[in-house]
Amino acid sequence: MKKFLAFVNKEIHHIFRDKRTLLLLFCMPIVLVILFGFAITTEIQDAKIVILDKSNDPATREIKNKILSSGYFKLKRVLTSERALEQAFQEGDTKLAIVFEENFYQHLEKHNMATVQVIADATEPNTASTLTNYISAILRDYQQTRQVTGVMPLQIQTETRMLYNPRLEGAYYFVPGVITVILLLVSAMMTSVTIAREKEFGNMEILLVSPLHPIAIILGKAIPYVSIALINALTVLYIGYAIFDMPLTGNLGLLLLECLLFISTSLSLGILISTVTDTQQTALLASMLGLMMPSVLLSGFIFPIESMPTVLQWISNIIPSKWFIIISKDIMLKGAGMATIWQETLILAGTTVLLILASVAKFKIRLE
Amino acid sequence: MKTVLYLVQKEFLQIFRNRFLLPILFIMPFVQLILLSYAANFEIKHLKIHVINQDFSPVSYQLINKIQGSTYFDLSSASLDVSSGYRVMEKDEADLVLRIPPNFEKHLRKDNQTALQLLINAINGTQAGLANAYLNAIINDFNQQLRMESIPSPAGSPLAVVNVEYRNWFNPLLDYKFNIVPGILVTLVTMIGVFLTGLNIVREKEIGTIEQLNVTTMKKHHFILGKLIPFWIIALIDIFIGLSVALFWFEVPFVGSFWLMMLFINLYMIAVLGLGMFISTISHTQQQAMFVSFFLIIIFMLMSGLFTPIENMPYWAQWITRINPIAYAVEFMRMVMLRGSGLPEVAHLIGAVTVFAIASNTLAVWNYRKTAQ
Amino acid sequence: MNHEVAIRAEGLTRKFGAFTAVDHISFSVEKGEIFGFLGANGAGKTTAIKMLCGLLQPSGGKASVGGFDIFRQTGQLRRNIGYMSQRFSLYEDLSPYENLRFYGGIYGLPRREIKPKAEAVLKKLGLWEEKDQLVSALPLGWKQKLAFSVASFHEPAIVFLDEPTSGVDPVTRRQFWHMIYEAAHQGTTIFITTHYMEEAEYCKRVSIMVSGRIQALDTPGKLKEQYQVSSMDEVFLKLTR
Repeated sequence: MKKFLAFVNKEIHHIFRDKRTLLLLFCMPIVLVILFGFAITTEIQDAKIVILDKSNDPATREIKNKILSSGYFKLKRVLTSERALEQAFQEGDTKLAIVFEENFYQHLEKHNMATVQVIADATEPNTASTLTNYISAILRDYQQTRQVTGVMPLQIQTETRMLYNPRLEGAYYFVPGVITVILLLVSAMMTSVTIAREKEFGNMEILLVSPLHPIAIILGKAIPYVSIALINALTVLYIGYAIFDMPLTGNLGLLLLECLLFISTSLSLGILISTVTDTQQTALLASMLGLMMPSVLLSGFIFPIESMPTVLQWISNIIPSKWFIIISKDIMLKGAGMATIWQETLILAGTTVLLILASVAKFKIRLE
Repeated sequence: MKTVLYLVQKEFLQIFRNRFLLPILFIMPFVQLILLSYAANFEIKHLKIHVINQDFSPVSYQLINKIQGSTYFDLSSASLDVSSGYRVMEKDEADLVLRIPPNFEKHLRKDNQTALQLLINAINGTQAGLANAYLNAIINDFNQQLRMESIPSPAGSPLAVVNVEYRNWFNPLLDYKFNIVPGILVTLVTMIGVFLTGLNIVREKEIGTIEQLNVTTMKKHHFILGKLIPFWIIALIDIFIGLSVALFWFEVPFVGSFWLMMLFINLYMIAVLGLGMFISTISHTQQQAMFVSFFLIIIFMLMSGLFTPIENMPYWAQWITRINPIAYAVEFMRMVMLRGSGLPEVAHLIGAVTVFAIASNTLAVWNYRKTAQ
Repeated sequence: MNHEVAIRAEGLTRKFGAFTAVDHISFSVEKGEIFGFLGANGAGKTTAIKMLCGLLQPSGGKASVGGFDIFRQTGQLRRNIGYMSQRFSLYEDLSPYENLRFYGGIYGLPRREIKPKAEAVLKKLGLWEEKDQLVSALPLGWKQKLAFSVASFHEPAIVFLDEPTSGVDPVTRRQFWHMIYEAAHQGTTIFITTHYMEEAEYCKRVSIMVSGRIQALDTPGKLKEQYQVSSMDEVFLKLTR
């Protein structure tokens, strides 16, 4: 045990010597949460629009007023001809064009029907949909104010409640994912690279002939990173709570236990990678492309899994991060207990065992 | 200048001899481009809706039918009490729960006013917001229809209708991939370029060959140039294959000028490869270089407008995107490929990457020391 | 002509923070001489050699190599030296031929000269059969000989060798010294560090460094006489103890 502790101590010293990496290790989670929370928002404000008003009468002026005072839109410029529309869009920042037909007011008064054209730059489809939805709502509102009685007949209202995240904070959605990626990065990528480094410089043989058991060597290399990973997870949680008022509805102890489980899964992934690679470069690229990218993209961290094609939904099932993200969201936001998340927990535990068995098998073959 | 050619030859030999590197350079990007373009989908369709109909009136069934008819929502389950609504929500079996309360139609007819209750799982705020908007649009539509039917002759108080014609330019079918594919393509090539150049010089430092190079008469800028050219060529090949995937597999339109794009892409590649080189010259180990590159790339990617529009970001964040080369590239690709923007509209983007290219390569040359301090 | 100075150091010093790795060393090496630079591990040999090759900025003192100031004339200096580092920097994923061609090209040798010259070197080394194998597959001894050929491929006036023979058997070491002698015979100045004391006997003059300072400098014969011992090993032990 003493020997083992001495070894862990050496590894810790090793990590602390590389100040730059250490700094990044501790800054990365903070920067990521803040970026995700503040910057990655799909809440639209001040979308630039152009208006082509061929009538310029009381009705169109009132509608324009309503649109521009809604807070969602900002007038980029007033166009005078249809030909200018294309140019406006090609400049790149025009999101929407509104074209009122001629004699809008007269049509509305005489025929009870007037036409307005809403042209959206649909290169970003969600922005386009959201903006046209806002415009529809504003126009509906306008129609209502034109009712003589002021009350629309047969009015169906909708009382909406946003569950788990009433203010639609981006952070709520991203924090569990950020924790996942950080845990994976620190425990899988860093471990695999450290071991590959020892191999590359030929130190692994020296360690293997030492009285330390190979498993102790691997553990010794992993323990410092596990501690860093846990500190990171807590940092992210704290920032989510302190800056974004993100609640922790469930049990913190349970969450930390699940974190430890996921750290073990990542560690075993990292170890497996290091048993099949020989150089740092290979280990880095393998963990980058084989682990990080799928975990960022196919785990439901950023993109909802339900929107993916069926094949990708299947693939997502073999990505451990997906299960951990579900677990952490359930605990943090829905206050779920073991009763809800036992299946996901079991999947992670099973994966970990499988991965460890695979790397032990691989390791033995190498030694023989 | 001839020395540069020898360095380029050496780099190519090493790259093509690396069994592991080749697939990463020439196969991985396309697998990822295809995979990611399908995965990176914020398209909101087929949301699961759970309905609690406590009214059983004809109108309530008409409304449910109408919702079911839209591509946005799939009726996943139904129940009669609110608590089971919460339960399916917690188990993630529904994204929305719609409750039609008892006497819904009765109130509507009698009081001219009635209310529905809607619960939305808002963990994904974006999705929740859009789902809310879509469902409300459907309900309003239904409402309007109902009015038209129920009040046969709107003689008393005529309903004034503003007829809205919607047009979706550049992407009429609202295909999310048009938006994402050109951006993912440049991002992937950027990643490969920065990672590989980032690891390259520092690898020579770690192996020790850098000292052998440093005692030679090679000029510093020749060294950087010799390291840049091979990856530049590889990146261009990747761009070409990627563009073919975009055009022929995803059928993304290419409205603008090809040569304008090539001009930009070349400047852009020099800029990001210079960045990788700079990272490599400041790093001591490959691990460090990888970490710095990863950190930068992930921030650049998230703040590039690829996934969420830059205009939505707070002011300080928008300011950060001005030093983000990926943001320029994503914007450029969308403008030229999809909207057909010409030189006058994109001149500022070309200017920005040119400045970036000069800055990053100057920094790399300046920071590369043949003599240690 | 015979006593032209190839390397001259005066009070050359290098500090890393508070630690002084090389402490005011002064010496000169004649043209065509084989100069042994001895010392225990960590005595400062590699630091000194790196300064002389223009790889490391000195903290103080003066030095010139091949008549060029190591502070100001690094460009000309590099043209005139060859350097084989402790890790003999060959590209393991290139073949011996490709390594030679690459370094020849980097030094600006004309293309038509590189090929015949590289082939001649490979034949002389007995590596002709292996010329297309990867360096990683070669035994250590051959790698060392190849590294020496790479360092002297552009025919520099002075070659610095930093522990070139560590880790190989005596026979290979002897072959290696043959190559050194041959180069010296053609007028190349050899500056070599080693911790094999029997190799010190092959040098014309040796200096012995102890914790950053030169403690002794003379021909092996005179040093043995001075310390009244029969081998360089004993000289070394007497000095370092």
